[in-house]
Amino acid sequence: MEKLVINQGLVGNIEDMVKLCPFNAMENKNGELAINAACKMCKICVKKGPKGAVEYVEEKVASVDKSLWKGIAVYVDHIDGNIHPVTYELIGKAKELAAKINHPVYAIMMGSNISEESRELLHYSVDKIFVYDNQSLDRFKIEPYTAVLEDFVSKLHPTAILIGATPVGRQLAPRLAARLKTGLTADCTILDINEETDLVQIRPAFGGNIMAQILTPNHRPQMATVRYKVMDAPKRSSEETGEIVSCEIGGDRLNSNIEVLDIIAKEKEQHIEASEVLVVAGRGIKKVEDLRMVQELADLLDGQLACTRPMMEAGWIEAKRQVGLSGRTVRPKLIITVGVSGSVQFTAGMNNSEHIIAINKDENAPIFKTAHYGIVGDLYEIIPNLISQIKASR
Amino acid sequence: MNILVCIKQVPDSNKVEVDPVTGVLKRNGIESKMNPYDLYAIESALRIREEIGGTITALTMGPGQAASVIREAFAMGVDQGALISDRRFGGADVLATSYTISQGIKLLGDFDLILCGKQTTDGDTAQVGPEVSEYLNIPSVSNVSKIVEINPEFITVEMDMTHDIEVAKIKYPCLLSVDKDIFMPRLPSYLKKEQTKDLEIRVISLDQLEDQDEKHYGLNGSPTQVQRIFPPAVNSHREIWTGTQQELSDQLHNKLQELKFV
Repeated sequence: MEKLVINQGLVGNIEDMVKLCPFNAMENKNGELAINAACKMCKICVKKGPKGAVEYVEEKVASVDKSLWKGIAVYVDHIDGNIHPVTYELIGKAKELAAKINHPVYAIMMGSNISEESRELLHYSVDKIFVYDNQSLDRFKIEPYTAVLEDFVSKLHPTAILIGATPVGRQLAPRLAARLKTGLTADCTILDINEETDLVQIRPAFGGNIMAQILTPNHRPQMATVRYKVMDAPKRSSEETGEIVSCEIGGDRLNSNIEVLDIIAKEKEQHIEASEVLVVAGRGIKKVEDLRMVQELADLLDGQLACTRPMMEAGWIEAKRQVGLSGRTVRPKLIITVGVSGSVQFTAGMNNSEHIIAINKDENAPIFKTAHYGIVGDLYEIIPNLISQIKASR
Repeated sequence: MNILVCIKQVPDSNKVEVDPVTGVLKRNGIESKMNPYDLYAIESALRIREEIGGTITALTMGPGQAASVIREAFAMGVDQGALISDRRFGGADVLATSYTISQGIKLLGDFDLILCGKQTTDGDTAQVGPEVSEYLNIPSVSNVSKIVEINPEFITVEMDMTHDIEVAKIKYPCLLSVDKDIFMPRLPSYLKKEQTKDLEIRVISLDQLEDQDEKHYGLNGSPTQVQRIFPPAVNSHREIWTGTQQELSDQLHNKLQELKFV
């Protein structure tokens, strides 16, 4: 149990304390300092206020016996056996973490008629691959999928479970975390592990303006989701290693109140996440017609047009082409930003790109802190010049 | 149809900074607003009520001033509102927040349909909806981009799963997280705002919940702990090019050739 206790006699100037709290959680209540429901327990009042004014009282909570929880597990995200590449990226990270604490790496795959497809995982040196093959698991449905993961956790006791932040993973991970009453950290960008086997999870907070380092010190398993293209996938080995363990689960645990009626493949549209080259249009583009030259540059580079949030909100470019925290996370080989100022919400969605080139008139634009090559210049001159140069060199 | 919509008050801006010396969050008098994704959930609830009738309750959790998002929901056409507020809920992570909300929902009654927005703009996790559904032991689906059919027994929806659209039929009670753009949210009505200005918002504290064990709420009920916060890393390799526009174009063309993109 943890709580904050106010010693009114030591508070001094109440208004100073009210100002100190970044969440407006301190108030002057009839001449006494009070804490309201806005409190986030950040303890700044304890650390920065007059000594003893606000005291942090803690009773030690019983922690789990961490030695009983072994192994880093990766959820294998797939549709009809087509494994989502985020799975391999997570396996790569899991191997790195497991090596530090000398734990095994597990993969857990569920579905219907997937025994052939699950063998692909043997090429990524996972120690054990647990396969739940059952007709009731042919489509993702929250209740049976959670039941399978719960079964897996109860048998294997993995210390950590990594799940891709895909449409399925984003539903499955929280449902499982609530069932196991454990911690889950969404969209981690950095993962490490300490000698206590605590997963060190770093994720952007406040729209990426701040990074937060998060631990789950007293609960197991620890759970984290990671977006596609954040971690590095290991090389596929031509040899098969590891072992496939076939698992069964009782029938009524696979019941669901959801019936999947149909799966309609979306029209083969290009996803900006899949493109190796992106040219991003930002607010420096003055007219919607001017997007044509940006599109032309993207075409010449065999890439795709992407955009920032204001361009999407203006309705100039579709939402699915928006890069950033409220849009897509991309990691192309080359990204050229054109008239993009570079808010952190934007850069958080692209700063892992291999080569970042930024064109902006304003030499103080924050994008130049992210760009590898920052071009202080007028896009309306540079882009047409570049287009004709590329055409001429062909 | 008894419908509940979960909404949240969020900071109007994400422009917060960490003081590099003290490590304290800098506060610059940031205004609050309704989480923009919740507008779509409210709009979905209103459309469903228009089609098959029912009552809509908006629920939020936060400090006293968070009641303003309930007022906004009233002005859009929501019938009832409740605010879960207690100092002892402070410092809650996703698990403790979801548990608190689920306890509040149980207190409010039985709902056929619970609607949530895709995510909040401050937490950005999209996890609270699915965790609430687990605590209520009801099915949930996310990424709902279209309501295909609604009738008293079940709801059929389309879910946008990035590469394909999944069509699913879900029995009540259930929880749906709706995508942005499922419907265009209506603007709050001045008339409705006037009509509802005296409408009472039920305030729920820990003392009214079924489970009153303080250990399950707030920081104490939160398995995750924030160890530290720090500003995002700045890319170390940087080159800034200046010159005439022609020089810059040439330099860029050469660089693209060197990197083998041209």
